[in-house]
Amino acid sequence: MSPLGGLRIAVPRGALFNGTVDLLAGLGVQTDELRTNDRKLLFEEIGVITMRPSDVPTYVEAGAADVGITGKDVLAELALAEASGAAPGGGARAHGGREVYELLDLGFGRCTMVLATMAGEPDPAAEALRRLGVMRVATKYPRIAARHLEETGRQAEIVEVKGSVELAPLTGLVEAIVDLTATGTTLRENNLVVRERFLECTARLIANPVAHKLKAAAIDDLLGRLRAAPARDGGASAASARGEDASAA
Amino acid sequence: MIHPIPSGTRDVLADEMREMRAITEALRGVFERSGYGEVYTPALEYEAVLARAGTTATASAPPAYRVFDEAGAVLALRSDMTVPIARVVASRYAAAEPPLRFCYLAHCYRGVRPQRGQPRELLQAGIELVGAPAPQGTVEALNVLCAALDAVGLADYRVGLGDASLFGALMAGIGVAAQTRPALLGALARRDFVELEGVLAAAGLSAHDAELLLSVPQRRGGPEVLADLPGPAAEAAGGMRMVHELLAPEVAERVIFDLGLTRSLGYYTGAVFEVYDPALGAPIGGGGRYDELLGRFGRELPAVGFALGVDRLHIALAGEERGTGVRLAR
Repeated sequence: MSPLGGLRIAVPRGALFNGTVDLLAGLGVQTDELRTNDRKLLFEEIGVITMRPSDVPTYVEAGAADVGITGKDVLAELALAEASGAAPGGGARAHGGREVYELLDLGFGRCTMVLATMAGEPDPAAEALRRLGVMRVATKYPRIAARHLEETGRQAEIVEVKGSVELAPLTGLVEAIVDLTATGTTLRENNLVVRERFLECTARLIANPVAHKLKAAAIDDLLGRLRAAPARDGGASAASARGEDASAA
Repeated sequence: MIHPIPSGTRDVLADEMREMRAITEALRGVFERSGYGEVYTPALEYEAVLARAGTTATASAPPAYRVFDEAGAVLALRSDMTVPIARVVASRYAAAEPPLRFCYLAHCYRGVRPQRGQPRELLQAGIELVGAPAPQGTVEALNVLCAALDAVGLADYRVGLGDASLFGALMAGIGVAAQTRPALLGALARRDFVELEGVLAAAGLSAHDAELLLSVPQRRGGPEVLADLPGPAAEAAGGMRMVHELLAPEVAERVIFDLGLTRSLGYYTGAVFEVYDPALGAPIGGGGRYDELLGRFGRELPAVGFALGVDRLHIALAGEERGTGVRLAR
């Protein structure tokens, strides 16, 4: 039996990659080529496919991968997405926007979703809110940001950006950003300070609903071994120690 | 000129229609031979009548499309056929001797995110067996389900069998505080076991009870998953075991027991089931017992039924033909 019991796993490139590969190596997966070849996407012989973290739920939901690893930030953003799906006759309710099972908090890649603004007093976002009645917020997580501001009773204009969020307040595009941070280094380097922390994110193991039934033994075996793995409660893993990168970067 | 059609809808042209017709004819043949007469009901119903089912507030498939008629009444496009048939039974079969058997091939409408096999206008094929209690009624529905899938030519499918009352009974038996239960049920319905673990950790339960509530809904597999369950859950498990024993042998071997199976429509009361095929990443259909639904329409009768998504069935068949189905680790 192969180390993953014949399962195909979706592995996120980016900030969670090293932590994930370490985890796979700990399970006995032959990861040498995975570590060295960053152009290859499909590692058929070890049952691994690699992709951006935000694509992992898409592949897992469709069953193109049986299980996958991605950040809670990605899952939380999707969970707030448009109307959740239902199977014909009413199937498993969507995990938020996606029909995947969230099986395990893997503990590594720990980051915090924060609201940050330019350093100095008064806080420019609070000033904008006081004088103009609305604050502009740049983010890669428009739904998480909108939800947080709504829950805290503030009117906001969400500006979705795909690249470096830190640029937006520096250029006057917005007064605040909502982003994921591990150490805060990039924020500090850009003269931004964290004003609020509101969502802890770690790497999660997700599974396709059909694979969860039809490959139950392999998935339970994987779960059991991951629960026992030392990385689970290690917290400061390679991925989060590397710093600033959001898992969706 | 290209003229758009609404998101989540599509045109079916001749080649696809021919294949789809072969599927629906095979399904209809099995349903009719099993004694289920086909019925047809309006796609538009009064919203207030559909709302009697009580699903609109809690289910993930409440009616999504509403219009006003010329008198100002609110009409809704049905989101399934079970509720319209419950209405038909109460209004048109008020005095008929049960059991009553119905089948349908009908379009239903849902406000979902359109994706593969998940349109907003979906063709469902299914049966409703009204007035046949558990376990015999459940057994009959499962036998018809598998006969229909066999007739269509689906080879590798499995049927997940669970019980909608199991987790509730387990919570009650353990004595979980009433205010904690919705959070647990919500996490389970979203299949978020990380959140379930978190809510359990904060619920002030003994380690043993918390472990039980976390592990029982993750149990799935052969009859061994029904073994050594605590009292209240054992009752539901006993019901599942009884159904399994009464099934036709070729149906029984398709069954996977799944103690975490919760179907999202709010009206299920007992046995629930779902159809899986390795060629498709989502369930092809499913159903279960809804022993209280008919009562809400004024005729108290136990009932069971299932619906198959014809599009999904078609995709799974095509996938099996191409051999793209992920082979089962047996």
